[in-house]
Amino acid sequence: MKIKIGAGILVFFALMAIFGPLLIGADPAATSEDGLQGPSAQHWLGTTQTGQDILVQIVYGARISLGVGVLSALIATVLAVAVGLVGGYVGGAVDEALSVLTNIFLVLPALPLIIVLAGYLPQRGVASVAVVIAVTGWAWGARVLRAQTLSVRRRDFVQAARASGEGPLRIVFYEILPVLLPVIATSFLATVVAAILAEAGLSFLGLADLSTVSWGSMLYFAQNGQALLIGAWWWFIPPGLCIALIGTGLALVNFGIDEIANPRLRTIKAPRKARA
Amino acid sequence: MRFLARRLGFYLLTAWAAITLNFLIPRLMPGDPVELLVARMKGNVDPAAIDAMRRAFGISDASLWQQYLNYLGNLAHGELGRSITFFPTEVSTVIADSLPWTVGLVGVATLISYLIGTALGVIMAWKRGTWLDGVLPAATFMHAVPYFWVALALVFVFGVTLQWFPVSRAYGLDVMPELSGEFAQSVLYHAALPAVTIVLASMADRILGMRNVMVTTLGEDYVVMAEAKGLTSRRVMWSYAARNAILPNITSFALSLGFVVGGSVLTEIVFSYPGIGSMLLKGVENEDFPLMQGIFLVISLAVLVANFLADLAYVVLDPRTRQESE
Repeated sequence: MKIKIGAGILVFFALMAIFGPLLIGADPAATSEDGLQGPSAQHWLGTTQTGQDILVQIVYGARISLGVGVLSALIATVLAVAVGLVGGYVGGAVDEALSVLTNIFLVLPALPLIIVLAGYLPQRGVASVAVVIAVTGWAWGARVLRAQTLSVRRRDFVQAARASGEGPLRIVFYEILPVLLPVIATSFLATVVAAILAEAGLSFLGLADLSTVSWGSMLYFAQNGQALLIGAWWWFIPPGLCIALIGTGLALVNFGIDEIANPRLRTIKAPRKARA
Repeated sequence: MRFLARRLGFYLLTAWAAITLNFLIPRLMPGDPVELLVARMKGNVDPAAIDAMRRAFGISDASLWQQYLNYLGNLAHGELGRSITFFPTEVSTVIADSLPWTVGLVGVATLISYLIGTALGVIMAWKRGTWLDGVLPAATFMHAVPYFWVALALVFVFGVTLQWFPVSRAYGLDVMPELSGEFAQSVLYHAALPAVTIVLASMADRILGMRNVMVTTLGEDYVVMAEAKGLTSRRVMWSYAARNAILPNITSFALSLGFVVGGSVLTEIVFSYPGIGSMLLKGVENEDFPLMQGIFLVISLAVLVANFLADLAYVVLDPRTRQESE
């Protein structure tokens, strides 16, 4: 049940990002005379100070926010797979070094590092922002994948592959990688959400590409347009809500999987209750 | 104490990595940061500031290795260069002025969030299947909410609409920053909303994490045994189950610190709180690279210290880490 709701939310936003702009057709940057209007039949989610339609912005923003999230999660996952699988399989000094590197990136606060890196970017386009976020976001996946690789490498089919003379690269990427695909997928999704959050934070500071509409840049303009003081709640609530909903959807999927793996976590009436 | 020695070794290594990263960033990123700055300002830069920047970066014709050694030498003397925003103030002075606010706000809020979140997680695991499970969807939602958005919502509701709390600064304009009851009162009053933001946004992780570990622990034989002996529920819950479930919780707490600090940086900015988060934004807005980098370094080192404190707590709570040395 949790998995279905969670997956439903994620699919909804994915469809919105892919097809939404085609359906809605309007220009998210187009201004109009109707500035700062609350939700109405004409503008379902109201308008910004310059009369831009918030709903149109949310739909187009989904494309940038999810796009940056997916792109940077792709890069981060490739890094995580390379570091985690190689370290876990090769072992020894290589593993030791890669583990230390992973742990260092886990401990260092990501957002301040992203802010500093973004500050140095000559142009802050979607791609460069995605790369900067990926550089700081691969460590968690690498750690999980390394642990999984350690257990998989002892299995019979890996031993068999080694005995039949397959090279280490082939074993890592053709034998071990396919077995770990579910783990990689989960870590990829988690990285997407983390990257969306990071992009929102960066845009909110005005450090991403502000000429494109993303949920983060909407919040930046809402904050700088004094939306709070004017009382324009419809301006800043929707973008944050979308980010939080995507995170919730992912968490529901994860918790659902946890509950399948560990039945005790299910929220059924436990026998313990009878006594307590 | 082998456990602590090993952790300390790792933190020293990480500190070195952060310091080196700080040195490499301006040299590895595309373009010359000084020229980038001059270009963005369209030439309207004080020549003294350009000169200061070159010195701050230690960019010179010397070999990279020599530049690195100079940089380490400066750092050892606490020299982080001069801020461009507050020229000619030293970056270290700017940070020293703002750091206490951040440490006070974020430190206290994180501690409160950890204690409440962990306790709630324990209770929710113990009473699962009751109305308390209704908190779960809310916690799942809060765990994904951006910190700065919670801050915006609180400002809107309690600051602007209800006007219960101030929404910016760390103390009122009408009080003098001195050791007085009046000043302390004003500081607490102004810290209320930012602190609640950090607590709300970071607490859900602790609730969900602690609940999950606790539920697993509750199934262990020693918990069943404790119940069979007829110990009170409270004793079984806190002294047997929670005491053991808290260990993984501390580890995940330590790992989440970087994230909490990142969120707090943005929270400070929403509230114009005079901590290093707001300073970081000033640095960003003014292309003040020495200030940005100094702040990154200080935040990183602070997170490392906090991690080490979490390790100390772990040693106190887990006797096994102490036995290792025997």
